[in-house]
Amino acid sequence: MKNRLKVLRAERDWSQQDLATRLEVSRQSVNAIETGRYDPSLPLAFRIADVFGLAIEEIFLREE
Amino acid sequence: MAIRWTPAAKRYTRRLAVLMALYIVTLFTAVSLFRLDKVSASLAWPLAIAPAIPIIGVFWAVMRFIVEEKDEFIRLLIVRQCLFATGFCLTIMTVWEFLQNFELVPAGNGGFGAAFFWFIGLGIGAIYNKLTMGTAGTWT
Repeated sequence: MKNRLKVLRAERDWSQQDLATRLEVSRQSVNAIETGRYDPSLPLAFRIADVFGLAIEEIFLREE
Repeated sequence: MAIRWTPAAKRYTRRLAVLMALYIVTLFTAVSLFRLDKVSASLAWPLAIAPAIPIIGVFWAVMRFIVEEKDEFIRLLIVRQCLFATGFCLTIMTVWEFLQNFELVPAGNGGFGAAFFWFIGLGIGAIYNKLTMGTAGTWT
């Protein structure tokens, strides 16, 4: 699944660790999601959406 | 970059250190007493089993790590590692067993039992995670 995590993080000038701290997950988790190696569970996807103040579908995109 | 250990990973490491220390003590005690021929018939079985208990404790510690880890991605890495280790161990032991059945290798295992190969499998599983998921997790 594609996502806009890296762009959204850059817009806020957050490091991977900054985002990981806000999400209460490891930096490896943020890196794995950003690089598309790992798709988060629905609860974590909602937490990511809450941290960015966006809807899930504005962050995670369907693979065409 | 320094690895930040999750609370569950710290607990696992502490448990592992205690269990390994217990393993060394029980193994050293059992080997010494058996070599000196100072083991009574009633004590032989409990003493022979004693070094296995900390090893079983390590299996428990790994399973607790999976249960207690709050980070879902790290949990996935541990589960993948355990599955890899289980497959690796079963493969080695199955092949070895058939080689023994056809008397191509000697009987006995020279002290290298299933647990030894499972732990080797955990190590290789961490490398597999690093290669395929970009990280080995927080406990390697």
